[in-house]
Order: sequence, then C-alpha cells, then structure tokens
Amino acid sequence: MEKQNLKGWLYLLPAFLFLGVFMIYPLIDVFVYSFEEGYNSASQTFFDVGMYNYSYVLHDPYFLQAVKNTFILVIITVPLSTGLALLISLGLSSIRPLKELFQTVYFLPYVTNTLAVGLVFMILFKKTAYSDGLVNLLVNWFGGTSVDFIDGPYWAKMFVLCFYTVWVVMPFKILILTSALASVNQVYYNAARVDGTSRFRIFRRITLPMISPTVFYLIITGFIGAFKAYSDAVALFGTNLNAAEMNTIVGYVYDMLYGDSGGYPSYASAAAILLFAIVLTITCINLLVSRKHVHYT
Amino acid sequence: METKKDYNKIQRSAHIRKTAGNVVIYALLALWALVVLFPFYWMVLTSLKSYGSYNAEHVPAFFTLSPTLQNYVDAFTAVPLGQYLINTLIFTVITTLIMVAVITLAAFAFARLEFRGKNLAFTLFLSLMMIPNELVVITNFTTITNLGWRNTFIGLILPSVTSVFYIYLLRENFAQVPDELYYAAKVDGTPDLRYLRKVMIPICRPTLITIVILKVIECWNSYVWPRLITDDPDYYLVSNGIQEIRENGFGRENIPAMMAAVVVISIPLILLFLIFRRKVMEGVARGGTKG
Repeated sequence: MEKQNLKGWLYLLPAFLFLGVFMIYPLIDVFVYSFEEGYNSASQTFFDVGMYNYSYVLHDPYFLQAVKNTFILVIITVPLSTGLALLISLGLSSIRPLKELFQTVYFLPYVTNTLAVGLVFMILFKKTAYSDGLVNLLVNWFGGTSVDFIDGPYWAKMFVLCFYTVWVVMPFKILILTSALASVNQVYYNAARVDGTSRFRIFRRITLPMISPTVFYLIITGFIGAFKAYSDAVALFGTNLNAAEMNTIVGYVYDMLYGDSGGYPSYASAAAILLFAIVLTITCINLLVSRKHVHYT
Repeated sequence: METKKDYNKIQRSAHIRKTAGNVVIYALLALWALVVLFPFYWMVLTSLKSYGSYNAEHVPAFFTLSPTLQNYVDAFTAVPLGQYLINTLIFTVITTLIMVAVITLAAFAFARLEFRGKNLAFTLFLSLMMIPNELVVITNFTTITNLGWRNTFIGLILPSVTSVFYIYLLRENFAQVPDELYYAAKVDGTPDLRYLRKVMIPICRPTLITIVILKVIECWNSYVWPRLITDDPDYYLVSNGIQEIRENGFGRENIPAMMAAVVVISIPLILLFLIFRRKVMEGVARGGTKG
C-alpha cells in the first residue's frame, strides 16, 4: 500500500487545529499564567515570575473553604453513592418483572438539566417566611424542628449538596454496575447453589470479586467527578457561592476568572493546577490500593 | 413418608423466605424510584398551581384540584424562555454537526489511511484524553475574549467541536470494517471520501448515533462555558437562562412560573431519552461520564 502522507494529515487537520488552539496551547499557557506575578488582563503585562500566585491562593480563606467543602463532598458522596448503587443494582439483577421500568426510571436524572432540577431541590428544601417547605414538613412528621437547608447552618447546606450530588450521579453508577452484574458467569452461582452457599457468602466470595474492576472504575471516576463538583452547588445556592460558604475548588477557579470577584486568570490558573495535582495524587493512591484488592481475570 | 413430609416443609419454608426476600428487594427499589421521581412530580405539580394558591399554602399540598396553564403562558411571555430554547437548539445542532464531521474525518484517517507519523499522532491524541476541561478553560476564555467573540455563537461553539474520546470510539468501530471492502472500492476507483460516505458511515451508523445522542445531552446541559462567554441574555442557553430567571426573572417569589420553565427545559431531553432509551443507555454505558 502506498503512503498517503499528505492526505492523512489533511483528514486530521480540522481535529488538530481545534485541539491545538483549544487544548494543547491552553494547557501550556495555564502553567505560564500560574507563574506570572501581578498579571494584568487589560494591559497583558506582569511584574515577575515566581510562586506568588500559588502562595496567594493557598492563603486565601475562600480557597481553603472551597477545598474543605470539596473534600467533605468527595468523602461523603463517593462511598455513599457507590454503595447505594451497588445495593440497588443487586436488587435489580435479582428480579424479573418491572425490571425494565425501574431501570428506565433510575436513569432519568442523567438526562435532566442539572441547573433546572437543582431549582426543584432548592424549593423542596427551602424554608421561606410563609412556608417551611416539603422536606421540613417530613422532618416535622418525624418529630424534628424545621431547618433552613438553603440559607441555614453549614451542615444543613452540606447535606442538601451531598443529597443532590448523589441523586445526580446515581444513574451512571447503577447502569454500569447492572451491566457488570449481568456479565458474571452463571456457572459460578449454580456451583455455589449446589453447595448450599448463603446469599451473603455468594456476594462476598463470588459477586464482589467478579465485579471488583467495575466497582473500582466507578470509585476512580467518582472521585474525579466529585472533585470537579460545581454546577450542582450553583443550582442549589445561586452563583454567589462564596457568600453561601458553599464554594467548591472549580467554583473558586471560575470566580477568580470571571464574575464579580473575577479578572485574575493567574490566580485561577494556580488554583486549577492545584486541583489537578490533588486529583492526580488521589487517583494514584487509588490505583496503588487497587493492586491489592481488585481481582482482574 | 416421614422424609417426604420433611421435604414439603423445607420447600415451603424456602418459598416463604424467597417471597420475603423479594418483598424487601421490591420495597427498596420502589423507595429509590420514589426518590428519583418525586422531584419530577413536584415540579410538574407546582407548575400547575396558580401563583395565588401556591403562596397561600402554608403546608405544601400534594395535589391540586384547580390546575392552570397560566404559568406556562407566563414562562414564555414574561421572560425570554423561547429565545433561550432557540439559542440552545442552534448551539446544539451546529456543535453536533461540526463535531461529527471533524471526528469522522479524523477517525477515518486513524483507522484507514497510512501516513508518516500516524502512530505518534494517535498516541498524542490518546494522552489528551486525560486533560481535564478545568485546566484549559482559563486560556480559552482569554482567547475568545481577545478575539472579540464573547456573546457570539462562534465563541460558544468552537471550543467544543472536537472530542478526543469520540474520535477514539469511532476509530475503534471503523477499524472493525474489513479491509477487503476498501481494496474492492479502490479497484473500482472510488475516492476515499466517497468510500467513507457510502460504506464506512452506513456500517458504523449505530456508533455515530450513540455519539450524537451523548453530544446532544452534553450540549443541552452545558453550563460553565456558556456562562463564562455570554453575559447578554440574547445569547443565553437554557442553563444560564434558568439561572437568570431564578435570580431576576419573574420576581423571586413566583415559583410556579419558574417550575413551568423548568418543565419546558426538561421535556426535550426526557422525550429524547424515552424514544431512544436503549441507544442512550447503551451509549452512556460505553462512553458516558458524569459519575
């Protein structure tokens, strides 16, 4: 076969052009930005090169608040959503009637607009002057006192954010886990049943090892996704997340870039690179842990 | 006789245990279905309540006896919801069309053509998959601003018309098409582009449809980039539109009208999902994220 050098590159040209301008160049540029001190976006000048942007960001109370919020969100939602999705997928795979209906219903949050449905959650949880809202009604039924989940205490706001995040990420996890469970070879289950193995033991000794690569994949993508949380928080608490004490790291990056407190691409770059470093570290730790516990066939 | 009775007893108790187990499973599944569906029910319900009756409710009512469509009228007249929907439609259609063209050409080059530097280029592409959007968005914002493309469709569309992942997905599918077809076409003197259009694309249509559906969902829900690049409501997409409506649309307290807007925004994708249910779920399982 003759070589088609020119033609090959011609076919790749559009993709390369777009990726070059909007991905490769920005990737280099973000590091450059993050080291330029005192960058002024109007005159495009800077004073010096160094680590000042990083030190500014690391000492900014808003950034520390954002890091704290993000870590709490990650630590609560990733195990919770993965565990819950596993439980639901196990339930789904052991029934036959209504299975399709349940699967369809469970998938709905995936195709909804995060911002739009977040507004519904806000209304369900919000306490206003004339009505305590639906969730508080339930809280009252169980003998609790009403709390304002949207403008109230920190833990209440964090609860809503975690709840909404779990609600949003569940469809993907249930879908992936259900198909993983369906692909486990029935022979193992039949053998276990002949031996009279209990359900729990079957789960621990057969199901879990067989689907462990999938569970692990979900944990890694879950960590990465949760570290990038942003629009869920905007949907619930509005665009001024700093005032609501509910900002996330990604939110901090965008606030630095644009909006009322914006105009500082250098700080935004430094914060984005710090986020990337955190995510990379956590992913590496995850991979190391997986070597011990994940069973690949 | 004795053993037979025992056997019946064991069978009965096993049956009871199994039924009890199923009841627990169904209860659990129904509970989660309720959690998923309730917000949808609540938004439809609230959108049908009149402004007066909603605000008179001290305790939220679980149903309404006098539904009204007034809120839907308000959603289209008091705020430019129709404009937001049209903008989003334009953005989604153009972005998806350009992207499909770009990735098809690139995937064809990687799967079918032989040229110097192909392997190196493909490795570079694959490594780009690891780059998070958050890192590149800062410079893209500056680039688009410097080009004077804020509040234009070009500025909205251009940064999202390529996807390394979709190129990869399509290349894998293209590579499965037998080489013999290509050689046969070559013998007949068919040009590459024609071969791509008449043979490759029809064979790989399922993958292309999957990619289109995933991209449409992504476009319809995109929020961050449109928010950075538009501050003129004439160019708002639905996500920004709903945020705008919430912050200074109907007046903060007209929640039924807001819910009507939310329903209108949610319906297109839910319909798309219900029509292409299998395709969407299969596609997300193969290439989705948002986890």
